[in-house]
Amino acid sequence: MLSSERARGIFYQFLLLAAVFGLGWYLVGNTLHNLSTRQIQVGFEFLGREAGFEIAESQIAYAPSDSYFRAFLVGLFNTLHVALLGIVLATVLGTLVGIARLSSNWLMSRLASAYVETMRNIPLLLQLFVWYGLFTELMPPVRQAIELGGGIFVTQRGLYYPWPEPHAAWSAAGWALLAGAALAFAWRGHARRVQERTGRQLPVGLVAAALLAGLPLAAWLALGAPTQLVYPELRGFNFRGGKVLSPEFLALLIGLSTYTAAFVAEIVRAGILAVDKGQTEAAMSLGLTRGQDLRLVTLPQALRVIIPPMTSQYLNLTKNSSLAVAIGYPDLVAVANTTMNQTGQAIEAIAILMAVYLTISLLISLFMNWYNNRVRLVER
Amino acid sequence: MTRRFLIGLATATALLAPTLASAGPTIDSIKQRGALRCAVNTGLLGFSAPDSTGKWTGIDADFCRAVAAAILGDPDKVQYVGTNAQNRFTVLQSGEVDMLSRNTTWTSSRDSTLGSVFAGVLFYDGQGFMVPKKLGVKSAKELDGATICVQPGTTTELNVSDYFRSRKMNFKPVVIAELNQIEQAFFAGRCDVYTTDISGLAATRLKAPNKDDYVILPEAISKEPLGPMVRRGDWEFFTIVKWTLFGLLEAEEMGVTKANVDAKKGEAGNNPPLQRLLGLSGDAGKGLGLDNDWMVRAIKAVGNYGEMYERNIGPLGIPRGLNAQWTQGGLMYAPPIR
Repeated sequence: MLSSERARGIFYQFLLLAAVFGLGWYLVGNTLHNLSTRQIQVGFEFLGREAGFEIAESQIAYAPSDSYFRAFLVGLFNTLHVALLGIVLATVLGTLVGIARLSSNWLMSRLASAYVETMRNIPLLLQLFVWYGLFTELMPPVRQAIELGGGIFVTQRGLYYPWPEPHAAWSAAGWALLAGAALAFAWRGHARRVQERTGRQLPVGLVAAALLAGLPLAAWLALGAPTQLVYPELRGFNFRGGKVLSPEFLALLIGLSTYTAAFVAEIVRAGILAVDKGQTEAAMSLGLTRGQDLRLVTLPQALRVIIPPMTSQYLNLTKNSSLAVAIGYPDLVAVANTTMNQTGQAIEAIAILMAVYLTISLLISLFMNWYNNRVRLVER
Repeated sequence: MTRRFLIGLATATALLAPTLASAGPTIDSIKQRGALRCAVNTGLLGFSAPDSTGKWTGIDADFCRAVAAAILGDPDKVQYVGTNAQNRFTVLQSGEVDMLSRNTTWTSSRDSTLGSVFAGVLFYDGQGFMVPKKLGVKSAKELDGATICVQPGTTTELNVSDYFRSRKMNFKPVVIAELNQIEQAFFAGRCDVYTTDISGLAATRLKAPNKDDYVILPEAISKEPLGPMVRRGDWEFFTIVKWTLFGLLEAEEMGVTKANVDAKKGEAGNNPPLQRLLGLSGDAGKGLGLDNDWMVRAIKAVGNYGEMYERNIGPLGIPRGLNAQWTQGGLMYAPPIR
């Protein structure tokens, strides 16, 4: 039987699979055995117990009397919050720097390359400490807060700004914005079909802008147009009222975005350089404008090169957000660390961390692959 | 070497094995290694902090020395492992260290679910608050709305949240794991209040740019008995650590010091408890799997409990209080050595 190459192949693969499973079985069994001989409790029941600790900032309602599970959710949303904003900021900044580096303006291109080289070559953790230090050491104490005008205050406790008083009109405007986005998307499809059928170009950008701005505005006006704002006010120890961006959050967001932007810039630069100059010349000779060339000819081809490495930058940024622990932003890792220490359930907490980061990473990767498939060249 | 010899050797080993009974896995590995691995705080004045020459000082570090002297006969055979509030239990659980001698609060859950047990109380503490003097705060009851710096994964973190919850007050936590980082954030003014055990506050205050700018509020909001911790199940080692602590307390009660321990040996003739402490009679040391000189070595290494306290905690300006001997109105009380 072993003389057949196919049978041998299957045999060895089976052996390997058995070895992998055996090793996994041994590791899990060994761990459980060690835990039980050391009388360390195992299991996920602790997630239902009261957490008892306060968390500095949260996207959802949370109090110390809530469960560890809810504390984990708070951490997860904080991680997603900083990661999503960071991805947007890093993309915008990185694209600008990448284009600037290709600029024919000597000063601009040198500044851009200096930025890229500096940011890429200093460890992110150090950059985070610098940003955090800038906020907490250089900004004024609460009592000497600088007012930027309009009720915005800069202090070492963060950036305080006014926020609309809760009113039904605001949530209505939010829903109207969603509806506007859906309508704008539908209109774009319609315009494309009309163009394919008749060659006539309908105004897409203008209509979309009108829908996105107009609908929320109409909803807001219809429900009484409330303008009442809650201004931050110095009461007791801190400012109260309004909203605040904490120095921990700002330092992490700025640190992550500026660091990742340097890598994004290089990817964008490489993507643009990868498109042959002849493509632009051909577009020009067809009578397209510079903007149309960029939008319809150069970028679609550059995106093929840009998107795959960009995916890994987005993943990196999300994973790097776990450095938040060092500067006290309550992200998922920070909450898990605290939980681990309060309950002693180290293995369970780490397992949750691994599962969550794996899921987030796979989702980002899935989305970017879908997007990559959508924008790739259709070969006919 | 003949086969017969080998068989003989094997038989002899098998026969001898019961009499060479293991003194417990931890002690075996300490003796094999020739050093005690002791987890301490990375830097808390008075408890454990490296000095300018890299030598660990403080009452927690000294207790490691006492245990090393009792087991190995040499107080310098200690390998210190600096730990923070986050990783302290894991290094003990995983066997990376033999014991945790670090300002860690004895609680029921830590005693029962972490795979480890406390061997006693080295220092009775309580949680307090420290604020900059210029805030003009006189009591913890005035702290509603304050921003509070606290280390994560500590009993402190839970107590402060309990304290504010039960008084319907609010606070904003700033939570950073590394002690140096959180102290820096407090001195920079990122938070109004720093909270930890009162002894820790006193140690941090000494590091302040100007220590007179800060006051420790009068309230102690919790009981924080701090003590050494060992792994569960290794009762031989547990017993040695526990009785080394008791021995140091007993030594203070009987007036045995680092300096006079040899002299005391000579005049112990008509004092049976002193004879037993110094190993002149009884079998206290042998019962622990050591020899009878174990306590003499420990006292020679670090002095009695009172000497350890004066040397390490004294400079922080914290009075003995609860940490005085039971005969002086404190809580320090060693069961009899007999």
